[in-house]
Amino acid sequence: MNTYFHSVELDADKCCGCTNCLKRCPTEAIRVHDGKARILSERCIDCGECIRVCPHHAKKAVSSQFDEINKFKYKIAIPAPALFGQFNNLDNIDIVLTGLKKLGFNKVFEVSRGAELISEATRSLVKENKLKTPVISSACPAVVRLIKIRFPELCDNVMPLISPMEASAKMARREAVKETGLADEDIGVFFITPCPAKVTEVMSPNHAEKSAVNGAIAISKIYPELTHAMDHLTEVEPIARSGLIGIGWANSGGESAAMLGEKYLAADGIENVIRVLEELEDDHIRDVDFIELNACSGGCVGGVLTVENPYVSQARIHNLRKYMPVSMNHLEDGDMDVMMWEKELEYNPDTFRLDKDIFKAMQMMSEMEQIYEGLPGLDCGSCGSPTCRAMAEDIVRGKAKETECIFKLKEKIQSVYDQLKNTI
Amino acid sequence: MSNAIHLHYEVSGDDFTRAGEASGAVKKRLKSLGYNSDAIRRVAIAMYEAEINMVIHANGGFCDVDIYPDKVEILLADNGPGIADVDKAMQEGYSTAPDNVRNLGFGAGMGLPNIKKYTDEMRIETTLGVGTKLYLTVIVRE
Repeated sequence: MNTYFHSVELDADKCCGCTNCLKRCPTEAIRVHDGKARILSERCIDCGECIRVCPHHAKKAVSSQFDEINKFKYKIAIPAPALFGQFNNLDNIDIVLTGLKKLGFNKVFEVSRGAELISEATRSLVKENKLKTPVISSACPAVVRLIKIRFPELCDNVMPLISPMEASAKMARREAVKETGLADEDIGVFFITPCPAKVTEVMSPNHAEKSAVNGAIAISKIYPELTHAMDHLTEVEPIARSGLIGIGWANSGGESAAMLGEKYLAADGIENVIRVLEELEDDHIRDVDFIELNACSGGCVGGVLTVENPYVSQARIHNLRKYMPVSMNHLEDGDMDVMMWEKELEYNPDTFRLDKDIFKAMQMMSEMEQIYEGLPGLDCGSCGSPTCRAMAEDIVRGKAKETECIFKLKEKIQSVYDQLKNTI
Repeated sequence: MSNAIHLHYEVSGDDFTRAGEASGAVKKRLKSLGYNSDAIRRVAIAMYEAEINMVIHANGGFCDVDIYPDKVEILLADNGPGIADVDKAMQEGYSTAPDNVRNLGFGAGMGLPNIKKYTDEMRIETTLGVGTKLYLTVIVRE
């Protein structure tokens, strides 16, 4: 798949062309033209911030329809650990897992299990000094995409291990083939996702040509049916095989804690993540071996496709973990190879550069600086670009006109008026 | 010189949190130019160190940056007290930073040595009681 799939989309009917999403997009990937927001595909990292802030619900996440599971003979659900934080008074995750089976899945495999394997693999790679430090976690796909388009010098620091979702999908498939004797293509694996970035990761993965996951169903979409099924269970099946390490990945800091070391940093919320990456790039962060970054505040529990307040979910996850064993999943021979990325993370220089030819780019930048000097510097967003500087860039790129700035337009009208006045 | 992009920044004197504004702005522009990433990193690190120095020792100043296709030239100038012994200041670990600055984790005596490490050319002009000018060049290594 060459064209980059995006899970964050615009519902043009609902968009009124306001500047809420424009101002909040961390990669300046949104422009408003002709009264509608537009997402610049190459800059969007599918973090979902625009979905969070749009007061008109015009930004939406595309995720799999539940019916898609019926395309497969054998259906597997792999729920994100954040799902367990969505329910009041839950004291046994088997209730959630059995509920998922009641909805039509043949098998349920917690992603927290894959998380425990990834934690173990990370610890062993770090211990063997095989990675460039500080190691940056590769679990949040929005963060990985951000590094890919904006932080060339940090691409080598990203841990070359697949995500817990991917690891769980591979393990669940392997088990299912063994248990059922079915062919691999008859098995459909569906991630129950807290965020749109994971949907994108399923459709066009950072780490491989093809994901082992067939689809991603939003937690918010499955939630009503799931709670209903959970309320009407006659028996609870013993399915869960996760320890507290795996469940802890739902919260920011959980992956770091699983490193069982002290020299780590965990940042959450996309703005904080960007600050950490900037400082890391400038060599200001030292004495840290491992860096966990989550685009959403609170970690995966803060994903825009969850239903519960992230901090309430965090507290519930803490409670759920309390009496669990530390870890219930361990790497077996050969697992390590399966966990490694199939392709290296490659920086994409075209996203932000003005031109391939540096002389041309420098000329454009000189023009940009000049245009910027003439703009009001209010960063109001009324022109449709997020800041005056972005506006200057859009003009140089031929994508905007100076008179789209209402202050520039006012100046122009005033000067026309003055001229007319003098001629009369 | 006509083909260079010239940038000018004032560095405020008493606010640590604002040090790095100039180096951050230059970094962003270099990325837009599609500049060599190793050179971007070295410019950002060296400039930030120099900005911090200006804040700690000299109550701020200004910096002028000239971007060429193959190199970046930076001048950082202040009206501070000047450097009494440049050779000593170039030694790793030598610092005259006051305690309140060290408590913030700065002033480890690595400023000038680090700047030298990350740049290709470095020249200091300093006069006691008048100020210091630091000339830096980072050359793109293909």
